[in-house]
Amino acid sequence: MTGGAPILSRRTGFFFLLPSLGFVSLFILFPFVWVFYLSFTNQTLTGVTAIQSRLVGLANYQRLLDFETWMTSGQFGNALRISAQFVVGSALIGQALLGLAIAWAFYRWRGAFREIVYTLVILAWIIPDVVVAFTWMAFLDRDRGTLNAILQLLRLAPVDWLIQQPVLSIIIFNTWRGTAFSMLLFSSALATIPPSYLESAEVAGASGWQKFRDIILPLIRSHILTDIILITLWTFNTFTPFLITGGGPAFKSELVSIYTFRIAFQFFEFGRGGAIAVAMMLINLVLALTYLTILRRQGVRT
Amino acid sequence: MRLVRLVLTRVAFYLFVTLVAAFFALPMLWLVLTPFNPRGTLAVEIPSPATMANFRLVFANAFAMRALLNSAILGIGGMLITTLVATLAAYALSRTDVPGRDFLIYALILFSSVVTGTAAMVPIFLLIFYLGLIDTLLGVILVFTGGLLPTAIFIMRDFVEGIPRSYEESALVSGATPRQMFQDVVAPLVQPGMMVVAIWAFVHVWGAFLIPFILLRSPTSMPASVAIYSFYTEAGTPIITLTSSYALLFALPVLVLYLLVNWRYGFRFFGGIKR
Amino acid sequence: MARIMLENVTRRFGLVIAVDNVSLPIIDGEFFALLGPSGCGKTTTLRLIAGLEVPTAGRVHIGDRDVTGLPPRERDVAMVFQDYALYPHMTILDNVGYPLKVRGVGRREIRERVGEVAGFLQIAELLERRPAQLSGGQQQRAAVARAVVHKPQVFLFDEPLSNLDAKLRLEARGFLKHLQHELGITTVYVTHDQAEALALADRIAIMNQGRIIQVGTPLEVYRRPQTTFVAGFIGNPPMNLVPCRLEVGVEAAHLVGTTFRLDLTSLRDRLALTLRDDEEVILGIRPEHLTFCGQGDPFAIPAETYAIQPLGAECVVILLVDSTTLSVRLFTGEPPQQTGRVWVGVNPERILVYRKSGELVLG
Ligand SMILES: Nc1ncnc2c1ncn2[C@@H]1O[C@H](COP(=O)(O)OP(=O)(O)OP(=O)(O)O)[C@@H](O)[C@H]1O
Ligand SMILES: [Mg+2]
Repeated sequence: MTGGAPILSRRTGFFFLLPSLGFVSLFILFPFVWVFYLSFTNQTLTGVTAIQSRLVGLANYQRLLDFETWMTSGQFGNALRISAQFVVGSALIGQALLGLAIAWAFYRWRGAFREIVYTLVILAWIIPDVVVAFTWMAFLDRDRGTLNAILQLLRLAPVDWLIQQPVLSIIIFNTWRGTAFSMLLFSSALATIPPSYLESAEVAGASGWQKFRDIILPLIRSHILTDIILITLWTFNTFTPFLITGGGPAFKSELVSIYTFRIAFQFFEFGRGGAIAVAMMLINLVLALTYLTILRRQGVRT
Repeated sequence: MRLVRLVLTRVAFYLFVTLVAAFFALPMLWLVLTPFNPRGTLAVEIPSPATMANFRLVFANAFAMRALLNSAILGIGGMLITTLVATLAAYALSRTDVPGRDFLIYALILFSSVVTGTAAMVPIFLLIFYLGLIDTLLGVILVFTGGLLPTAIFIMRDFVEGIPRSYEESALVSGATPRQMFQDVVAPLVQPGMMVVAIWAFVHVWGAFLIPFILLRSPTSMPASVAIYSFYTEAGTPIITLTSSYALLFALPVLVLYLLVNWRYGFRFFGGIKR
Repeated sequence: MARIMLENVTRRFGLVIAVDNVSLPIIDGEFFALLGPSGCGKTTTLRLIAGLEVPTAGRVHIGDRDVTGLPPRERDVAMVFQDYALYPHMTILDNVGYPLKVRGVGRREIRERVGEVAGFLQIAELLERRPAQLSGGQQQRAAVARAVVHKPQVFLFDEPLSNLDAKLRLEARGFLKHLQHELGITTVYVTHDQAEALALADRIAIMNQGRIIQVGTPLEVYRRPQTTFVAGFIGNPPMNLVPCRLEVGVEAAHLVGTTFRLDLTSLRDRLALTLRDDEEVILGIRPEHLTFCGQGDPFAIPAETYAIQPLGAECVVILLVDSTTLSVRLFTGEPPQQTGRVWVGVNPERILVYRKSGELVLG
């Protein structure tokens, strides 16, 4: 419903919006446009090209997408592949599934157990990046790490996680780090389902799995979609694994985000970094548009 | 048969829950124990004797304390500006008939999820560089405000939409001027929403690594999230006594806020909020 | 005290015409009800008077002033909202005193005047509480207190009783009527409950789709609804409306339904004046003007008992006549002896005849 002009005149409203518009234009819209321009230049931080950058056409993109070498270690294609593994492993399989499982396990279950599990999961989510990075480095350490200590207890051979299994390590780490969001989203989605739906299925003799498949899943389908797209977006953009593996060893865990950082802030090639940024933003754009379309459609339905 | 199935389900449930709890708790053990262990290692050990010596080390380290102060300045600065600016915008978007306001919100959210700190680190760095704000806390605060605003506006607008317009209207009919209406009615009513946004923004800025890492380089302006990587021996391995206790100190405000929020709102708080 | 005058007021929201060319004179000191179904524009009309909406066209006068462009605070009105809009962060004292506070009245005087109204409205012991600590009925009275405290020229109520349960609603009705009588302040009262409007108002305006259909005293609108819409809206159960055909001859006139033929010869001249022979019309008759009778009665309609609803003081019987239903109200309270096939007699004095398009032509 529009209207109600007397509460706030258009003029005042405009003034209220002004600071936000300023911030957003300067720190979101402008970088978005500018990075396209940058990606066609040979801008660097130091040297001649820092002051006098010039347009180099598609050169940055050609280097990025040189299909002879782009899948080799330390190149863009490689980073893209690792990011894809990372997203599928930690977001779709790890966070979404685990989050759903936890939420479902505690559906209709209150009490201390739930409080403890939820608190642990949420803490893993909100503690600052660098802090969890340190604890995970300790957790995964080859010689003294907790994980290997447990393996030894189970009479299994220790693994040098960060060297031998860097991608798996950051996948497990990121599952740990981000499950909370999916768990909370799903548990609030489940909370909106009236218990009578399940009770009537129970009366009809449905098993736990059948209830989940036939009643719960269809009802929370749109939440699942929302969850998957959002965590995909965030996981694709996360930089935290850098704090654990640094992208190594030998670029084996170099995600696109880490690759951008290396090109732009270790080589200081802003032009090339810009080209990667453009690629990243286009991927983000696709995901965000999908999400907004779903959101819109939901909005129409309710 | 039924009974067997029931027992099995129960057992499976407890097994699953225990595993989940272990998975989320075990990596955190180190953080809880090591800061109190005078012989800091990467192993999880019960400290004996448990001491506060490591913390004394941190408190004595001027650089470390300065970095915490910088983090606080960033967190509080980002929190204040974001909350204030977002509240104004959200209120305007909810209460005026600005044409295309829904579209505006969608566009904002869209752009903020596309232009993330990671994707836009290059242009953001250059922008701050050309604005002459490199290595200033203000630069970082501004960048975060810009990045957090769309979501903050979104959360806040949801909140404002939940406040019936009749409150403001009844104030106006009662004879209040717009100014009186804001002071007496609107401000107290939007306050809880502002609290939520403020906590969310603070936690976000306080813990952030990448943006301060690329924008702040001098030891006097580094926040704790960057400074923590300075506690290395000459051989290049971290000084664990210092690092672990510093890490715990750094996590402390977030933990306190978590307790506060959980006590006040329960888990619901996190429901409406995205990272 | 003031009269209110709406002059050709229209309010559009995009394509929706919420209020459509409404002209209403509301007399100084009267209790005026705006009645109509959901979405008909009652609230919008009220808000136009309050100054919370600006008319797309037309003018609004309060007293001798044209207030069309004035903000609410310059109109000296008070409004009670459907949800009461008591500020949750203020005590009842501060809530009720708010209109005084914004007028710059001192704290001492506010306390005094709030105390006065609170005593009158029986909320004196609640002044230190917050709205959330009050029951629905108490909240409602607190909201009324806030409206009366600064002695406005005009009272506006938007369905103030709809959030109360049935029993409290009846209580509050009596109290509101008494209050308005005591204060004598011009009152506009929006409701979709016809019984409420009949019980409270000096005059009622019935609205539909943004237009005023009929204005009149409760008895006028009850006895002579100008359209079938009003007839169907007012009264519980509402007026029976039976489609039939008119046969007007040189001497005689009959209303013919599928199963009955009523002799309206006594009304022949009046009917012939406005209606043609063989014209489709609608017969309107209130449930209390139907009685059970024998087969031989010239005004008898054969019917089938469908349901009997004893209500204590009266008894409502629903009958099936062909495919339409008729309600009959019996004031004895006793359910009728015969069931199944029965005859009901129509009192020809009480008959209303409407054109098929809905306007009243006879009654
Ligand atoms: N601010 C607005 N923006 C757009 N349309 C509106 C607005 N306010 C009212 N309308 C529309 O105008 C029409 C009349 O609304 P109004 O609220 O006056 O009805 P009402 O008679 O009070 O109904 P109810 O009994 O449901 O309260 C409705 O169709 C409504 O949808
Ligand atoms: Mg209404």
